[in-house]
Amino acid sequence: MPYFPHTPKEIEEMLSFLGKKSIEELFEDIPDEIKKRAKENFKLPPPISEIEIYKYIEEISNKNEGKDYLLFMGAGVYNHYIPPLVKKIISYPTFYTSYTPYQPEISQGILQAMFEYQSLICDLTGMEVANASLYEAGSGTAEASLMAYRINGRREILISQGVHPEYKEVLKTYLNALDLIYKEIPINERGETDINFLEKEISENTTCFIIQNPNFFGVIESRLNEISEIVHKNDSIFIYIFYPIALGILKPPSDYNADIAVAEGQCLGTPISFGGPYLGILATKYKFIRQIPGRLVGETKDIEGKRGFVLTLQTREQHIRRAKATSNICSNEALTALSAVVYLALLGKKGIKRIAELCFDRAHYAKRKILEEIKNVELTYPSYFFNEFVLKFPKPAYEIFNKLKEKKILAGIPLEKFFPDRKKELLLSFTEMNIKKEIDILVDNLREALK
Amino acid sequence: MKDIKLLSELSDEEKSSIFLPNDIEFYPEKELPEELLRKEIPLPQLTEVEVTRHFTNLSLRNFGVDIGFYPLGSCTMKYNPKITEELANLPGFTKIHPYTPEDLCQGCLQIIYELEKLLCTISGMDRFTFQPSAGAHGELTALLIMKAYLRDKGENRNIVLVPDSAHGTNPASASMAGFTTIEIPSDERGLINPNILRKYMNENTAVLMLTNPNTLGLFEKDILEISKIVHENGALLYYDGANLNGIMGYARPGDMGFDAVHLNLHKTFSTPHGGGGPGAGPVGVKKYLIPYLPKPLVDFDGEKYYLNYNIPKSIGRVRSFYGNFLVLIKAYIYIRLLGDEGLRKTTEMAVLNANYLKEKLKDIFYLPYPSLCKHEFVLSGKKQKEKGVKVLDIAKRILDFGIHPPTIYFPLIVEEALMIEPTETEDKKTLDYFIEVMEKINREIEEDIEKVKNSPFTTSVRRLDEAYAVKNLKVKWE
Repeated sequence: MPYFPHTPKEIEEMLSFLGKKSIEELFEDIPDEIKKRAKENFKLPPPISEIEIYKYIEEISNKNEGKDYLLFMGAGVYNHYIPPLVKKIISYPTFYTSYTPYQPEISQGILQAMFEYQSLICDLTGMEVANASLYEAGSGTAEASLMAYRINGRREILISQGVHPEYKEVLKTYLNALDLIYKEIPINERGETDINFLEKEISENTTCFIIQNPNFFGVIESRLNEISEIVHKNDSIFIYIFYPIALGILKPPSDYNADIAVAEGQCLGTPISFGGPYLGILATKYKFIRQIPGRLVGETKDIEGKRGFVLTLQTREQHIRRAKATSNICSNEALTALSAVVYLALLGKKGIKRIAELCFDRAHYAKRKILEEIKNVELTYPSYFFNEFVLKFPKPAYEIFNKLKEKKILAGIPLEKFFPDRKKELLLSFTEMNIKKEIDILVDNLREALK
Repeated sequence: MKDIKLLSELSDEEKSSIFLPNDIEFYPEKELPEELLRKEIPLPQLTEVEVTRHFTNLSLRNFGVDIGFYPLGSCTMKYNPKITEELANLPGFTKIHPYTPEDLCQGCLQIIYELEKLLCTISGMDRFTFQPSAGAHGELTALLIMKAYLRDKGENRNIVLVPDSAHGTNPASASMAGFTTIEIPSDERGLINPNILRKYMNENTAVLMLTNPNTLGLFEKDILEISKIVHENGALLYYDGANLNGIMGYARPGDMGFDAVHLNLHKTFSTPHGGGGPGAGPVGVKKYLIPYLPKPLVDFDGEKYYLNYNIPKSIGRVRSFYGNFLVLIKAYIYIRLLGDEGLRKTTEMAVLNANYLKEKLKDIFYLPYPSLCKHEFVLSGKKQKEKGVKVLDIAKRILDFGIHPPTIYFPLIVEEALMIEPTETEDKKTLDYFIEVMEKINREIEEDIEKVKNSPFTTSVRRLDEAYAVKNLKVKWE
């Protein structure tokens, strides 16, 4: 087999050096009863060759027919263009076959890249410090809330109803473990967080308020300054979930005095890949740096005074602080963070703005075309949006979705999937990958399906 | 070696980005009120050539398994087969949106379903969740599952026991799960002693978390008795799968009495470590814990695979979507390529390598636990310390020989610890070279101690000042 380089002669030499007659003798320390059970039950399909597995996996991948469909699904996961350089660089063997840079002198590559990642995230968000990645936005939201809890010790987490339903579910799981309280602030008829409700609910027990902008329904929150003020007047922490690409045109979280900014970083150079691996982005104010979960890279110098990079403030982390660590996170998403830094470096300020404009343009083009050309369709929320919006039909959205599916179009996500009583609504998403011709096809088929 | 400039130092406003379309009709400036719009994005501006060279040069200053020996204890830095990378990147996987209707992503669901069956056989557990994205995430998930199970039985137990040799993630995960951690001392063998354990068990004990082989690389021989003690007390037993590479085909966590496990696919099952991730830490449980698994699970109705959300007692989600899917494909391919025969041989060669190195190196370094080891072992540099050299110095000197140093200062119960895990990837020649290097460094301590203390010499930067980084915190460019 290819992954064991030992020759039979070497094995023999090594065993004889150890004074063992057989490999089995190396397992004398395992009780016979356990070995016997393993012997009986450790039965897998026999080994197969590379050629066979290649064909088999290719065949399985072809069952994923969705790969050839026109895609208008988003909801936190977006099919953006990935410049080929991104994949090239994350495929460099010295990056992808390395591990956590515990030995900085031979890990300057990934350490500098992570330092640059932290810097670029700060540039993009306006925040003062970013960590070197979390798993994805759901657990990232949960980690941000626990961070807020460490900061002020209050036990009630408020969250806008407009946050992604799966992030909310993850948050509930994490809060439940510590008996912290979870409360939702509803959104109003514009699809924006209900400020009056927030003002009523917020109290001296409120740890933080979590908002997502644009929110799950695609709506841009237009009263963020007021919301931020309410939260800060109450000495609570303001957690802001952002969409990194949208920051190419929208004000960054720092402009709203966000205390912790969290995001799904998949959109920055990582394929949609059936849900993972993705990238949890977390950035905050400098004053909270000691409460940050996960890895942090800092600049330093070597004994000759030369610039270098190391993991820093490690006393926050589990391998040192153990039960009192800021988080249990160890392995993170370094390689997808590397994708993000290459992506951002390649696009730069001009590129990110253009990508954002293209997403905005495609969605607004689609909206106008749909509203102009199709009767009986309306927008659920008459508000500002970036690249997603919710449509309301006179009949079940799944019916329409399924009709378009037959035409090889994945026309958004019926909201019923998340909210069983919202049967007639559909969340449509657009990126720069949706050229106008595709949008025309979508609209034609929507019109047809609604006839 | 020359400094590699930061991206911000290379930036020039006049440079253009990659080529993008400009057929824009609806401009944000026209459609949105000004107060929502950003004025300035302070990102650097570079060309594709510069970005390419920048990261290519950075990559030359990094060490990976593809360069050389990487015996980083407890991390299982084995070779990552290239075919797994290629196949995981097929468009049939990378182009699938997580909300794709089930009939259009049957392939993804099938991979998860089949991988679950394989892992059940390997570990002796009954079902797996793939949401956990790393080992620590798996620990947390499993603790939440076990907590839910205990609460469901009306038990309010709140203590998690971990050995003093445990990974730091164990107590950290216990805290996040709302438990209090108590450490159990290892005995003179480096093992959990049933007699000591008994003293720690009481009506508040919820879970004992164990790594077996433990972080000293030793098999917990008394595991069946330990399991009995734990279960008779009404508590549960958790398996930290970081060290599964030492026992495949010889012992299954499920057969040893573990109620829940996590497996590190990025360790035992060869998916690349990616400079710190992504990994995957699927959690396997015995039957009675299945009702509490995160949702959804992947099931098969005889005709098609589907996502099963009907798990009323589920702890909920621990992340969005279904896990680090591309990592799962790689592990699946690895297991299918090797089969049971190959996985058993993996363990055998890993254990042979570790014992060979241990017996060769014990004359140079103090070996605190001189018994048969599994996939790794721990030496102590205390003799060397008496001569004025820390184990950190030794690690730095190893860098000059093109080898990644072992894990140092862990586990905490060994003074000046050097934790060495060669994995099955290395042949005798590589191990002999490592032994030579260690002998040479040991001689240098006698003959030229400053050389060891001032090392490394051949790396892109010399020894870095970590204390300076903390005192003068700089975590982004200015």
